Amino acid sequence: MSGMDVPFDVFLYILLITLSLVIYRVVKGPTVFDRIVAINAIGTKTILLIVLISYVFERPSFLDIALLYAILNFLGSIVISVYIERGRVAE
Amino acid sequence: MIDVSLVDLIKYIVIICSLIGGSFFIITGSLGIVRFPDTYSRMHASGKCDTLGISLVLFGVIVYQGLDFVTVKLILILLFVFFTGPVAVNAIIHASFYSGNKMWTTEGWVEWSREEWMKERAEKERER
Repeated sequence: MSGMDVPFDVFLYILLITLSLVIYRVVKGPTVFDRIVAINAIGTKTILLIVLISYVFERPSFLDIALLYAILNFLGSIVISVYIERGRVAE
Repeated sequence: MIDVSLVDLIKYIVIICSLIGGSFFIITGSLGIVRFPDTYSRMHASGKCDTLGISLVLFGVIVYQGLDFVTVKLILILLFVFFTGPVAVNAIIHASFYSGNKMWTTEGWVEWSREEWMKERAEKERER
């Protein structure tokens, strides 16, 4: 875009503040499920953090890392919830 | 006068509006995770607000990028997050429900045991 700069830095700071809010629930969750949900939320916010960092530093190759984080976050949540529900992951 | 075309101005307004809307939804979801009294209501806040907020911010970034090879990666990230975020939260809710986690209602806390639910589930599987 010519002549107009989008302030991605501001949204990066907003995202960091919300991340530090969610860390409170990870530390002080009464049950293990609160911690898993908070970790899942932190992971989904981390994807967005990496996308915005790639625009602040002007490096488009960071987007591959963001896609990898999305896949790892989804797999981690599924595996942890299955393990807690059944007591085992594989038969 | 600033010399920008009308298309660029409309693009800029769309980008800023979607980024501010996405940030609003992300802040709301985080406050819900911190403030709600119950695991299930916290999952409700996390599953919906985070998915919508992240989709809105990624849509703004896609409009900023324009048509490019990088846009394909961004669209892939958006589709993956949009479809798998609620699925992950749903799996966690399933595990929490069958583990006998307490539920908060306006009349008080509702409790159940894990063995009860496992028995009902085994009967359902036997009927199948």
